Parts: sequence; C-alpha cells; structure tokens
Amino acid sequence: MRPGTPGILWTVVRRDLLLALRRKSEVLTSLFFFVIVVSLFPLGIGPEMSLLRIIAPGVLWVAALLAAMLSLNRLFATDHADGTLEQMLLAPAPLGLLVTGKIIAHWLVAGLPLVLIAPLLGLQYDLAPHALGVLMLSLLIGTPLLSLLGAIGAALTLGVRGGGVLLSLLTLPLYIPALIFGAGAVEADISGLGATGHLSLLAALLALSAFFAPWAATAALRVALE
Amino acid sequence: MLTATNLACIRGDRRLFAGLGFTLESGGHLYVTGENGSGKTSLLRMLCGLSPPETGEIRWQGETITRLGDDYRKKILYLGHQNALKEELTALENLRIAAALTGATLEDAEGTELLERSGLAGRESLPVRFLSQGQKRRVALTRLLWSRASLWVLDEPFVALDSAAVTWLAGIIAMHHAAGGMTVLTSHQAVAIKGGAAQNLRLSE
Repeated sequence: MRPGTPGILWTVVRRDLLLALRRKSEVLTSLFFFVIVVSLFPLGIGPEMSLLRIIAPGVLWVAALLAAMLSLNRLFATDHADGTLEQMLLAPAPLGLLVTGKIIAHWLVAGLPLVLIAPLLGLQYDLAPHALGVLMLSLLIGTPLLSLLGAIGAALTLGVRGGGVLLSLLTLPLYIPALIFGAGAVEADISGLGATGHLSLLAALLALSAFFAPWAATAALRVALE
Repeated sequence: MLTATNLACIRGDRRLFAGLGFTLESGGHLYVTGENGSGKTSLLRMLCGLSPPETGEIRWQGETITRLGDDYRKKILYLGHQNALKEELTALENLRIAAALTGATLEDAEGTELLERSGLAGRESLPVRFLSQGQKRRVALTRLLWSRASLWVLDEPFVALDSAAVTWLAGIIAMHHAAGGMTVLTSHQAVAIKGGAAQNLRLSE
C-alpha cells in the first residue's frame, strides 16, 4: 500500500461530510421524507393496532429504501458538474478507494440518521421493544447495503438526461433482497421465529456488496466520464 | 518527454482530428489552437488519460500512459473548463482537499500565503460561491503554485482573468518552464509566455 492511501479515503469522507454540513437542507430532506411517509400510514389506516403491527416492518423498510434513494442522484452528479470528479479520476490513488469514501459518507449522511430515528417511528406502530431493537439492527446492516448498491446505479446514470427516474428504475430492483430480508427479520421477530437467519443473510449480502459494489461503481464511473 | 503519435478523435459520427502527433521536450510548451468544437478539450483530456484516443498512443518518457497509470497521474496537473471547486467550501478548504487528493498536505498558513500570492488576500475563508468568476479562476490556478507536477495541461486558463492576472499567470508558466516543466494549453487569447520551446498545434478538419 502506498503511503497516504488510507489518508485519501479519510479525506474524501471528511470532504463529503463537510459538504453535507454546509448543505443541511438536502440532508434533512431525505430524513423528513422518511419520517413523514412512515407517519402517514397510521394516520391513513387509523388506530388498528393489530393491522399496524403487521404492516410496520414493510412500511418502515420501503420508506427507508425510498429515502435513501432520494439523495442518491447527488452522490456523483454534483461532483461531475463542477469538475471535481475529473480531478478525483486524476488523483494518483485508486479510484475505487475514493468511491468507497464517497459511499461511506453517503451512508453516514443518508443512512445512519434513518437507523437512529427508526425506533421512534416504530412506536407509532405499537412494535414491542425487542422488535424495535431488531428493526434498528436490520436497518444498521441494511442501509450501508442501500448506499453500496445505489452507488452503482448513480454511477451508471451519471450524465444521462432524466437520470433521476432511470436511477430509481435501476436501483429499486437491486434493493429487493435487502427489503425482503430486512423486513423479514422484523416480521420473524414479531411472530416469535427469531430474526437471526434473516439478519445473517442480510449481513452476507452486505459483505458481498461491500466487496463488489465499489468496484462496479468505479468501472461505471470511468465509462461515464470518458 | 511527452510523445503523441497518430492520435485520432471521433465524437458521434464526426471525426474531429486524425493523424495528430507531437513531441514535447522538457521545458517545452504546446499551444493548441482551433475553432470552437475542433477538439481542443478532447485532445487535452486524452493527454491526461481521461479518455482513450480512437487510434494512436501517448507516451511519457517512452512508456504508454495507460501502463504508467498512477505514476503518470502524479506527474500531471489538469485544469479543465470547470474550476473543480466546491461552491460551499472556502478557498482554503478547496485547496487543502485538492492537495490531499494528490497525496500532499497543505498547512493553513501555507495555503493562506499561496492565496495571497494569487491576489485573494482576506478572501481565503469565504465560501467560493461568494467569489466572482475571475476570483474563482484564481483559486483554481493557485493549485499551480505548489504543484510538483511536471506536465501542466491547462484548458483555457486565461478565461475570466483580468489583464494583471493574465500577466501573473504567464509569469508562473514561464517559471515552470525554466524549472524544466512542460505545458500544454489552449487559449483563444494570444498570450506571450517567455522562455521555453514553444510549438503551435492548430486543430482543423
């Protein structure tokens, strides 16, 4: 490993976090989207506790998918527009490392807040304390997966006109396994089956995509910027 | 030494140029001119390795740039049409990030001093979006002041600069040549740069 290689990863993470701090409205948009979408269901359905308990995992997870996707199109697009992405390509460091840094920053900004606020929202659905813990854990494993897979979509649609819609069409199918195992974990816990199986599968998916997604996103970026 | 042989560029179904070649020696200076859309930026991006040429090859010290990879990227500095600045960050933060990406560290004091030399004294902690177009260009050009790259690839570096800044930049480029560096630049303004073996390359169909 060349000297300063981990330093470059850290530079990119810090840079994107600093940018997120200066553009608070963009960060808060996806968080509020999550909060509002999740809160609309109990209001629309009414205080039917047994029904709410059943739909809770699915609703929370679908809302998390959509919220994570809201901020995806900015992952590379703003850097592409102002020329900083080109400079990253020219940096004497592996591009995959820089992309990984951007994915980590995206998760910290768009994924982690969802994990932290999810238990509060789960209360509206009358979830038991243990189920709330499983919900948090499933989101903690699942949201990095969303950032990783989303980065591939964001890189593929970079510079494409109407890329935002295309990005959703491309990314949402990739999110299906995360949704199944994530929501499945909470459902299994509620019905007393134990969430371990689902969570292990989710973690396996995370490990797999942590290995392949930065590589795929990097390859897509190179093509997009040629 | 930078050598390009038989380069061709195709955009869509239009051939922008073909059979293009040149050799740039240490201390040399290549001045690329041509009409709008004649492929100047495309050529510069090729020379940086950002896009592969349709045919031909580019060699640095006798070795193709694709094989050199990071070793070549260490040697070049590219300044494109865009300033590659984040509008929300200050001039100083932008510089420090640009430095960190090349693997160097830039202390605050050093960065402030460099920005002063670029005529941006007192504006180093202002978000870049509050700066004028010319000042933004100056921030971007400050990268030249501490760069250790030996090949500078500059796309329209003089755009948006006032006449004092044009002279200042021409001086910096001349110093770079005196130290054995090379420059490839495009410009619609004729700017005299002292020293260095200057070559002209006119792109036309």
